[in-house]
Amino acid sequence: MRNPLYGRDIVSIGDLSKSDLEFIIERAAKLKASGPQPLLKDRLIASCFFEASTRTRLSFETAVQRLGGTLIGFSDSGHTSSKKGETLSDSIRMIASYADAIIMRHPQEGSARLAAEVADIPVINGGDGANQHPTQTLLDLFSIAECQGRLEGLSVALVGDLKYGRTVHSLAQALGHFKPRFYFVSPKALAMPAYIEDSLTEAGIQFEYIDQLEDVIPLVDVLYMTRVQKERFDPTEYMHLASQFILKPEMLERAAEHLRVMHPLPRVDEIHPAVDRTPHAYYFQQAENGVYARQALLSLVMNETVLDSVEGDPADV
Amino acid sequence: MSEPRRETMLVEAIQSGTVIDHIPAGKGLVILGRLQIKNAQARLTVGLNLPSKGSGLKDLVKVDEWPFTEQDAAELALFAPDATVNIIEDYRVVRKFPISLPEVFVGVFPCPNSNCITHNEPVETRFTVLTQGERVQLRCHYCERSFADTLFTEN
Repeated sequence: MRNPLYGRDIVSIGDLSKSDLEFIIERAAKLKASGPQPLLKDRLIASCFFEASTRTRLSFETAVQRLGGTLIGFSDSGHTSSKKGETLSDSIRMIASYADAIIMRHPQEGSARLAAEVADIPVINGGDGANQHPTQTLLDLFSIAECQGRLEGLSVALVGDLKYGRTVHSLAQALGHFKPRFYFVSPKALAMPAYIEDSLTEAGIQFEYIDQLEDVIPLVDVLYMTRVQKERFDPTEYMHLASQFILKPEMLERAAEHLRVMHPLPRVDEIHPAVDRTPHAYYFQQAENGVYARQALLSLVMNETVLDSVEGDPADV
Repeated sequence: MSEPRRETMLVEAIQSGTVIDHIPAGKGLVILGRLQIKNAQARLTVGLNLPSKGSGLKDLVKVDEWPFTEQDAAELALFAPDATVNIIEDYRVVRKFPISLPEVFVGVFPCPNSNCITHNEPVETRFTVLTQGERVQLRCHYCERSFADTLFTEN
């Protein structure tokens, strides 16, 4: 079977087709079930974090190490030549001559696309400014598929900052392949941007706005919460707004049994800690799934014929 | 062929190069500015508020010894979408084509997103043109943001 991900750059969720997404998710599930496999043995991966991001970096680096790969890299740009004024293009050219693949995060939008054009090895985007973070979307899709048993035809509420949140934009775009029904719950000032609404309408995807968080709960399979960032509002306004978008355990009484609450983390106030003890909480499994989704992606990008090996005895690999 | 030739004589005939005709009145100086950015040495002549064949007024720009390619012309599409380009050889119009929106603009505009990587790197900007009815948007190949065409033409 052909591996359509082999040798590819993973810059933007829009670069991945529906079948690519399904392929990665299926692979992540297999890797989660099979346990670690040496699929990146003798491979050197550069983990280049021009901007610090502990969660994403650790998740990626865990994925590499669990698959037997080795790592070089840096966790922020403080000690790199970019401080001396080196261009990103030059840094990437150099790193690409050392490693077999590059994982990168950078504070500027478009940095990963540029790096992918400059490097002759695969570049995986771990976040470029406010633009894309495709592996977050992959782990979200994998988690949704895992907890709901399917991706097709789900009702999904996206809650919180829908204006600036790249996570929800990419998730809406990716889930759009699977005929979802969306409910948007956000402060008016943080509503979904018009261009996202336009693209959903164009694709024939149903969506509606719901004012109250508790009203959306009985309607959905997945409640995807995001953080309303304090710095976007003055303190009084924030207090008022934030109080309307806090998920409390009693709100989940009207939830379907299979409803799962997700969150890209870190959470601040928007999910009451008591929700953690309900069977609906799924955000920590979701974070754990980040490792499997990244393992799946890395193993597919780095191995042309990886597919059958994982299904057999791990010792055969 | 006689009509275009007579019109171009209104300003000053050029032996070879390009005449950009039917520029909406008021946009001639903008076109001039764009051409100067592209080639500071270009020999340019401008006619403003000339009578247009139909009704109303038009601007016109002549460019000596620079026969435009479609790409050269397309770069002006956001500023003068209805203009026509006449290629001149030996004082005659040898080719005539309308300015039309290209599929991509490469190296023409800076990205309006100040946090786009193109502002810091030795790379040409690249915008895909998206049209939806009358609405034209340019999408940055790098930062992936879309911007209304007016954002590029106003200032």
